[in-house]
Amino acid sequence: MKLMNRMLPAFLLVAFLLLSLDLPAQTPEEKGLAIATEVDDRDKGWGDFQANMEMLLRNRHGEESLRKMRVKSLEVENDGDKTLIVFDEPRDVKGTALLTYSHKVKDDDQWLYLPALKRVKRIASRNKSGPFMGSEFAYEDLASQEIEKYTYKYIRDDELDGIPVFVIERYPVSKYSGYTRQLVWIDKERYIPLKIEFYDRKNSLLKTLVFKGYKQYLDKYWRASEMFMENHQTGKSTLLTWKNYRFRTGLKDSDFTRNSLKRTR
Amino acid sequence: MRRDWPSSDMTGRQRLLVICCLCYSLPANGWDWSGNVAVEGRTFFQSPFDSRQYDNDGSISFEPELAREWNDGRDIFVTRLFGRLDARDDERTHADVREFQWTHVGDGWETLVGVGKVYWGVTEAWHLVDIVNQTDLVENPDAEQKLGQPMAKLSLEREWGTVDLFALIGFRERTFPGVHGRFRTHPRVDTGHALYESGAERKRVDLAARWSHYIGEWDLGVSLFHGTGRDPLFIPTLDNRGELVLVPYYELIDQASVDIQATLGQWLWKLEALYRDSDSGGFYAWTGGFEYTLVGIAQTSSDLGLISEALYDQRGDESATPFNHDLFLGVRWTANDEQSTELLAGVIVDWQNGSTLLNIEASRRLGQLWKLSLQSRAWFNVSPKDLQYPFRRDDYLQLELARYF
Repeated sequence: MKLMNRMLPAFLLVAFLLLSLDLPAQTPEEKGLAIATEVDDRDKGWGDFQANMEMLLRNRHGEESLRKMRVKSLEVENDGDKTLIVFDEPRDVKGTALLTYSHKVKDDDQWLYLPALKRVKRIASRNKSGPFMGSEFAYEDLASQEIEKYTYKYIRDDELDGIPVFVIERYPVSKYSGYTRQLVWIDKERYIPLKIEFYDRKNSLLKTLVFKGYKQYLDKYWRASEMFMENHQTGKSTLLTWKNYRFRTGLKDSDFTRNSLKRTR
Repeated sequence: MRRDWPSSDMTGRQRLLVICCLCYSLPANGWDWSGNVAVEGRTFFQSPFDSRQYDNDGSISFEPELAREWNDGRDIFVTRLFGRLDARDDERTHADVREFQWTHVGDGWETLVGVGKVYWGVTEAWHLVDIVNQTDLVENPDAEQKLGQPMAKLSLEREWGTVDLFALIGFRERTFPGVHGRFRTHPRVDTGHALYESGAERKRVDLAARWSHYIGEWDLGVSLFHGTGRDPLFIPTLDNRGELVLVPYYELIDQASVDIQATLGQWLWKLEALYRDSDSGGFYAWTGGFEYTLVGIAQTSSDLGLISEALYDQRGDESATPFNHDLFLGVRWTANDEQSTELLAGVIVDWQNGSTLLNIEASRRLGQLWKLSLQSRAWFNVSPKDLQYPFRRDDYLQLELARYF
């Protein structure tokens, strides 16, 4: 027993030293995933929102065209969100609506409503790399950003415009993605993306997206009021502006059915 | 003279005037205004069979829509009118109430009362099962323009799908080109004296029901229709001036149909099938095929869809449709650019008699408010057995410039 009494402090000391050492060091992949998971966790529970969205498209000659849309979105637990986008401008596509049931791993379900024919058309959502309404945003850039859609890698700590950030890289899981990788700058304090670089299938820099004018809603959820996407290969750009964000407006599953598309206005 | 809304005594021009006055007098506050005005020109490459038919035609059309939502979007009123002034064809100068409806949305149910438009189906080349609205054929030989249908509709949304129940109040006669119009039969169709199997004639209430649902990659619809069929038969008759004309005869029919689409990656597989029964006999018909989309072709952001659909009608050469044993092959090119440039080109070939229809449609937005559309059709190798035989010299090019507001 005496031996035991004498050994105990030494044993405790060794145990303490062992614990205080970095446990099997976190790999860059694990750290990247941990950061992405924190981003996702902090954005859970918003319920539903409605907002207006404008896109100002500019080509390399400086010619501009405008898109106006209304967006409704419903958070779905354990799956991707449901989103309804209704177009107001250009006027020739007024009333056209896009309903998306996004999923974590499998392909999203998408229906397009064509008001002239009153036709609801199921469309192939594999076309995720295609431009959304002729803009520099691809469908996949605007889709709900589920953790499972990428694998991750932590790159470095850095600063962006004086804000401390994590820089992580993420790799799309879907073989139909238009990208090999994306470099994401994440605000260390608020866990929100500030900038994303998109690398095309040949791994050259294709586009840069910058988030601006973050505002906090419901004292918790950060939303950028401007997203500026610049295409470095074509010289075109799109400024996406979010307006009139309203959270927890009481939207239900029945506002996101194929039937509800027919009465969207 | 055609007899339809609003009064059988009015000419097309008078009806247009009524629509313009209605639009002008409505209050602007709280209402959502939209629509378009378009000018259209058509030119034909060959002289017509009947010297009374035109070679070139011009027309203007106006399609205003006025909508209002209240009660937090649970009540919706929509009115959409359409009118066209045609330089050559009196029958094509016409106006129609496309929509004039009030929708009320409840919890898991919805009602609609008024004049509405309903679309059923999934295929591209021919819309076989779409039956609720009558075809406004004088607008375009592609039969995609429809007349407004007065109706009362109840929709129930459940876990196991959506059920729509329709009472279709009154019958709309199909429109046909007039004496001076192209895309017409010889002799022409005289729409003034249509005959009906039903004693109630145009006042009959027809019934329809539809169940639709989606399960994973599958979108399904099953529909029933009981009432006056939308496709007429034709009876050769001498009119009161002694001219031989075809008088439409509308039978009572019962129809059951299915429409199915499987969305599997870049493949869309589609099928529409129906069985229709009437005094002149029962038959089945189907159309189906696929659309395969190549995304981002040739290092651009444009997509190319390859479409193939077969069209079959058990009645064969006795069918009321020319697409009875035909194959459609087409491509759809979507530029995905700021101007939404699109092109659809295809052929429909009859695999028994070889008759071929070439169809090209293209459109592009100009600026923010204008849209230019091109349409061209040409017929080749048309067999006298084919219902398209009268159109074999109607190859044409059509340009339309529309201003949206």
